[in-house]
Amino acid sequence: AGLAGLVGNTAQAQEALEPNSFEDIASYCNFYEFGTGKGDPSQYAHLMTTEPWSVKIDGMVDKPGDYALEDILSEMTIEERIYRFRCVEAWSMVVPWNGFELADLLQMAGVQEGAKYVSFETLYRPAEMPGTAVPVLEWPYREGLRLDEAMHPLTLMATGLYGKPLPNQNGAPLRLVVPWKYGFKSIKSIVRITLSDQEPPTSWNMANPREYGFYSNVNPNVNHPRWSQASERPLGGGIFAKRKPTLMFNGYEEEVASLYEGMDLREFF
Amino acid sequence: MISPLNSWIRRLPVWVVYLLGVLPAPWLFYLGLIGDLGADPVKAIEHRYGELALQLVIAGLAITPLRRHLGLNLMKFRRAIGLLCFFYVSCHLLVWLVLDVQILNQILTDILKRPYITLGMLSFIAMVPLAVTSNNASVRGLGRRWQRLHRLTYLAAVLGGLHYVLLAKGFQVAPLIYLGMILCLMLIRVGGVLIDWFWLVLDAVRCALVRRLS
Repeated sequence: AGLAGLVGNTAQAQEALEPNSFEDIASYCNFYEFGTGKGDPSQYAHLMTTEPWSVKIDGMVDKPGDYALEDILSEMTIEERIYRFRCVEAWSMVVPWNGFELADLLQMAGVQEGAKYVSFETLYRPAEMPGTAVPVLEWPYREGLRLDEAMHPLTLMATGLYGKPLPNQNGAPLRLVVPWKYGFKSIKSIVRITLSDQEPPTSWNMANPREYGFYSNVNPNVNHPRWSQASERPLGGGIFAKRKPTLMFNGYEEEVASLYEGMDLREFF
Repeated sequence: MISPLNSWIRRLPVWVVYLLGVLPAPWLFYLGLIGDLGADPVKAIEHRYGELALQLVIAGLAITPLRRHLGLNLMKFRRAIGLLCFFYVSCHLLVWLVLDVQILNQILTDILKRPYITLGMLSFIAMVPLAVTSNNASVRGLGRRWQRLHRLTYLAAVLGGLHYVLLAKGFQVAPLIYLGMILCLMLIRVGGVLIDWFWLVLDAVRCALVRRLS
């Protein structure tokens, strides 16, 4: 019943959201493996080969192995989810994703008792990723979630955008979408998923632990040390677009706040 | 190679530099307005203005070394380059205030609490007296003090370069190149002064020796 309620809420929230244009979403990206400019990914990501694609699922799972993408997709139900997307840089968009719930994939692999965390890795293929020539971050890009965050019905594995296959610059062929966390948590072009009982290292946290925490939940009350997170600039509204207040958990407070009950969100930022 | 270049430069009126230098500002704004600068025109304009200002800082700092070490004389454009730089810094600041942050309260806390913004603001403040005294009357009126005042250029330049380095996420190369160029150009200046001193001292020692020996 809890789940049904959740889906209902999500559907309601979706109606109010006006998605950004496909062009905006596909041309304004952070994907540092292709360069640090916002336009670099759309310019260079075509160099990345996404077929064939497989995902290694390992660690504390019943059925570890290399899963071919088509084998995964044949088991999953693709649905549309219109989510707010809030970048840690204080801009935001609304994105109509297509994808399946991460929980379904994890259930397919069989999560073992005692597993507490899920970690993810992005493809690291320097010959196809010109941005990796510069050590902007330590490659491959890594992200992680607590298991309950990963199993949450809002947590999506996206395969498409506007009903079309995901453009490479947006993380084709398979990316994570965690709508209540800053965008960098939603790791792109995933090649590995590992279940473990230890909090995994994550790229931005490794690069600068003072600025980027493991949780990185959208939180208007906890500022980035170099800028305020209290408000955001919604993109797509042109040059005179008004800033708007950032919502707790990016507007998904009702759905996810219970995951963090009793935690000091200033400490676990 | 240098002397025909110098004579071509002599014939180029300064107002041409002013005109060509100012044009990118309204042009960029226009491109942003018609939606030609991508999904985030505000950041695009803000960053381009900032980059242009830093490029002009570097151009301005290069003028004396170019003349001293390569014999290329761009001296007559130095004031134009300096004022254009101030113009772009002002545009950059205005876009940040009005189109980017928008909220007065947040602007003030940003200036006080965010080191890269504090440095950027200090750089701008250091440039104000430079811009105000960039005219013939001030040069005449201030005399030797004008030279001393305009050493603020170095402070403004370094603060501007640091401002860019500190705002980057992760390890990024472009901001480091800008700061590196600014520091190199300053080193060349300081180095030049040191070399001048070295020759002066050597000359004095030589004179003293000659006098002693004769």
